[in-house]
Amino acid sequence: MNVPQDLRYTESHEWVKRESDGTVSIGITDHAQAQLGDIVFVEPPKPGRKVKAGEAVGVVESVKAASDIYAPVSGEVVAANSDLAGSPEKVNADAYAAWMFRIKPDDAAALDQLLDAAAYEKAAST
Amino acid sequence: MLKSTPLNAVHRAAGARMVDFGGWDMPVNYGSQIEEHHAVRRDAGMFDVSHMQVVDIEGGDVRAFLRFALANNVDKLKTPGKALYSCMLDERGGVIDDLIAYFFREDFFRLVVNAGTAAKDVAWLSALEAKRNAGLTITPRRELAMIAVQGPNARAKFWSAFPALRPMSESLAPFNGELPGDEQMVARTGYTGEDGFEMVVPAARAADTWNALAAAGVRPCGLGARDTLRLEAGMNLYGQDMDEGVSPLDAGLAWTVDLASPRDFVGRQALRAAGQQREFLGLVLTEAGGVLRSHQQTEDDRGAGEVTSGTFSPTLSRSIALARLPRGTAPGDTVRVRIRDKALAAKVVKPPFVRNGKVLVN
Repeated sequence: MNVPQDLRYTESHEWVKRESDGTVSIGITDHAQAQLGDIVFVEPPKPGRKVKAGEAVGVVESVKAASDIYAPVSGEVVAANSDLAGSPEKVNADAYAAWMFRIKPDDAAALDQLLDAAAYEKAAST
Repeated sequence: MLKSTPLNAVHRAAGARMVDFGGWDMPVNYGSQIEEHHAVRRDAGMFDVSHMQVVDIEGGDVRAFLRFALANNVDKLKTPGKALYSCMLDERGGVIDDLIAYFFREDFFRLVVNAGTAAKDVAWLSALEAKRNAGLTITPRRELAMIAVQGPNARAKFWSAFPALRPMSESLAPFNGELPGDEQMVARTGYTGEDGFEMVVPAARAADTWNALAAAGVRPCGLGARDTLRLEAGMNLYGQDMDEGVSPLDAGLAWTVDLASPRDFVGRQALRAAGQQREFLGLVLTEAGGVLRSHQQTEDDRGAGEVTSGTFSPTLSRSIALARLPRGTAPGDTVRVRIRDKALAAKVVKPPFVRNGKVLVN
């Protein structure tokens, strides 16, 4: 399973990357994109929206099914990746490069509560 | 415990993603569903459809029996090998299953029925046979496997894999089948809107047959691509587009039901009494915001409707659907489809969306 060591994860298959400006980037894992199959639609939350950890904030649809994207941490959405509207297949090609949105977390330490690579790999394979 | 086809190990060895499809462990794709879809539209792909059930009916006046049991008229089958698509209805006019009936001899017809309904179908046919005392034998052929080879190059690749079958299969007209050996059938049928064959072989020969086709350049395709291909081709899926609670007249299948002739068949009276209540048409999503899926509600000036099958069409690069809409809704109209918190515009079209590689809607 392709699970980079330097990212954090959720049980709902989001990856979370700490950026140098204090925001976090969020996408779905390689395992998630493989499960979903060919992705044809991505709808991230709009910038400015306040979100709570665990809240369904966006949608990703494959040919096969629709799946919610959950906010891994509470905070404010500060950016959405508009590239993916025109080329959602980028999520299949490289799930860890295809960030969907960025959050400025209310609490920077909240990230430490998320799964590390080993814990995610274990959660995703059961 | 899931049921598996004789090709299960072949799929797993090829890295297929397997899913529970109505109790069967089946490949949904071997990597990319969209690439498999394009392979069938542009070249040649194959599907393991061994979960579908061959049912042979033999031993007497099979034609008279099926004339009563099926909604379409088997009297259209005049030459041996000719096939007919039909619904099998209950007394209320609901669809028990849709199937293909092949005529081989007056005392031998072959049905190919859906996997999930096979046991129900055989029980229904057997009860009907007993009631009519028709003296027929109804045999589900569980020892047979079936492979569909589809696409513009499907027949050529099939012949390069099986040169000995070329003479008999080259002369097959569309919607005809032949039995080149006792345990084998080749038919020019399919569920993709492309040319090709469906081939029935004994289970023991399934893997060799599959591997020979793969060596000839036929791409293995999963049930995912099968669904997007059949939807583009405007073909109904039993259990989604119609079932026992739906009349064929409300599922776009009036062309398969012959109500004009005096022929008596199961469900005829109910269909005549109820008539057509709904329009069954295609939708193309014209506004971004999601993908059409079954059970989504639609709204237009005439009232509410429902998407019965929806997907993203790889050929059109847009979302398409089959839908049951209010009476009077017509191609060219616009409906709104409820997708999550939005009501998105979709254009009403007449299916099919795609046939033989060509887009037929705009």
